Amino acid sequence: MASALEELGEMIAIAQADAVVAHSVAHGELTLESTASGLRTLIGYLRDNPACAFTTLIDITGVDWPGRERRFDVVYHFLSMPQNQRVRVKVVAGEDDVIPSINDLHPSANWFEREVFDMFGVMFSGHPDLRRILTDYGFRGYPLRKDFPTTGYVEVRYDETQKRVVYEPVKLVQEYRQFDFMSPWEGAEYILPGDEKNRGT
Amino acid sequence: MDGSQLSGEQRIRNFNINFGPQHPAAHGVLRMVLELDGEIVDRVDPHIGLLHRGTEKLMESRTYLQNLPYFDRLDYVAPMNQEHAWCLAIERLTGTPVPRRGQLIRVLFSEIGRILNHLLNVTTQAMDVGALTPPLWGFEEREKLMVFYERACGARLHAAYFRPGGVHQDLTPELCDDMWQWTEEFPAVLDDIEGLLTENRIFKQRNVDIGVVSLAEAQAWGFSGVMVRGSGWAWDLRRAQPYECYNEFDFRIPVGKHGDCYDRYLCRMEEMRESVKIMRQALEKLDACKGSDVIHRGKISPPKRGEMKTSMEALIHHFKLYTEGFRVPEGEVYACVEAPKGEFGVYLVSDGTNKPYRAKIRAPGYPHLAAMDHICRGHLLADVSAILGSIDIVFGEIDR
Repeated sequence: MASALEELGEMIAIAQADAVVAHSVAHGELTLESTASGLRTLIGYLRDNPACAFTTLIDITGVDWPGRERRFDVVYHFLSMPQNQRVRVKVVAGEDDVIPSINDLHPSANWFEREVFDMFGVMFSGHPDLRRILTDYGFRGYPLRKDFPTTGYVEVRYDETQKRVVYEPVKLVQEYRQFDFMSPWEGAEYILPGDEKNRGT
Repeated sequence: MDGSQLSGEQRIRNFNINFGPQHPAAHGVLRMVLELDGEIVDRVDPHIGLLHRGTEKLMESRTYLQNLPYFDRLDYVAPMNQEHAWCLAIERLTGTPVPRRGQLIRVLFSEIGRILNHLLNVTTQAMDVGALTPPLWGFEEREKLMVFYERACGARLHAAYFRPGGVHQDLTPELCDDMWQWTEEFPAVLDDIEGLLTENRIFKQRNVDIGVVSLAEAQAWGFSGVMVRGSGWAWDLRRAQPYECYNEFDFRIPVGKHGDCYDRYLCRMEEMRESVKIMRQALEKLDACKGSDVIHRGKISPPKRGEMKTSMEALIHHFKLYTEGFRVPEGEVYACVEAPKGEFGVYLVSDGTNKPYRAKIRAPGYPHLAAMDHICRGHLLADVSAILGSIDIVFGEIDR
């Protein structure tokens, strides 16, 4: 199984040498890393080559790595029902980079790309209708970026006097409980509750 | 107004209506903007996200085990099938084996989930096209299955029963007996429901040749599950890419011929019968391995209660597991299961800590709903609710 995937990855990497930067097999899954400029030809090739036949687009998503210079990974998952195999394609994108849309190759990419745009703010060129999809009308910010707070910035309530729903900045009665479970015993950066006396030592 | 004062442009103006967000046939909170030319649908623009809870964001700040219950809240019609994908992803990254009895219980409850889902879908779709009795009959059976859920794990809906490494607790012999009893009675109920619907004139008028999806379309639009099988391809992850011990089970994969709403209905009915068969086989196999462990006893699962009374290490392990949680080795993995609605997958990126760095939930309903515009074009307004019912959407999983 793994060797067959290795061979498949080798074959794709040779056929699409312009697009594929690296390929690897881990946990029984083939991952291709592609350049943004070669993405469309690569995905077209994956779809139309009979040995690949990745005709079903399973998912498009993003991963944010804020420490990197180009912080986003856009990750595509494909499934081939005829060949019964899967592949993952990754593209690196910076905050200002534009990724070519694959909407015309896989119509299902439409909503997936909208979601990545909504959640990460990655732009897709050639997308017919790049609107927000999951968040509220008029939402600001990109929630799945690591620098977006989990609590968000605004909260809504129904205002009895104005007779409408109003947006207000988030007010937390209690700090958002983000525990550092990684070091419950020693080396904690913060003062453990009940351990205030320990500060002096 | 007799229309004589209107200009030509005004007279042929298309009509926009809002379908939802509170429409009973919208199966949740869906707002669809329909552009109608007379009664013919010109364009459908589903506005989703009204049930968006930011599950994926929340998951990034919780431990792996704390994240498990979020999966019940995705597709709340078949909760355990979702947990399954999450457990598989963690097990693949950590390399945890699942004991046989644990696998069998998972299969058993996955199939119960499938029946739960199909019962709800088939009968409420019948309600969407005008029948009231099927949901009443179907929900009675659902209620019984919910009781099985409750007896296995204590909760009717939000089970949190599948755990990385197995399942939380063993089943009692009485529960197994009652499930066996139920599998004997249920086919008769299915016959009744089928008697109400399959040859029903109104039901057929509303469903036959409505929402036809060809195989090429099904692939282009990223369909999975019944949406592919209804179009005639026996694609089932349980068979094609078997997980757990599905390859030991004897079941058939029903396929449709025309890919219309009616064929998808028939597929779902037939799948329920197959699920009953799988349940019976699983119960028989469970009988053969009584008393063995249901969860892999390692660092990612809690120690036995009895051990904790005598062993200090077990007590520490228990405390550390439920506060700090377990760490998952660095890496990324995509794990998927054949959920009742189609392929439900989890793309998990781990950075080696006790919390997932990123978890993407791939809900089967999402691409199905995305194709609404494509499927509905040219249909009549009344067909929209029939199609919506037949693509089987639940907003918990679509909006996440």
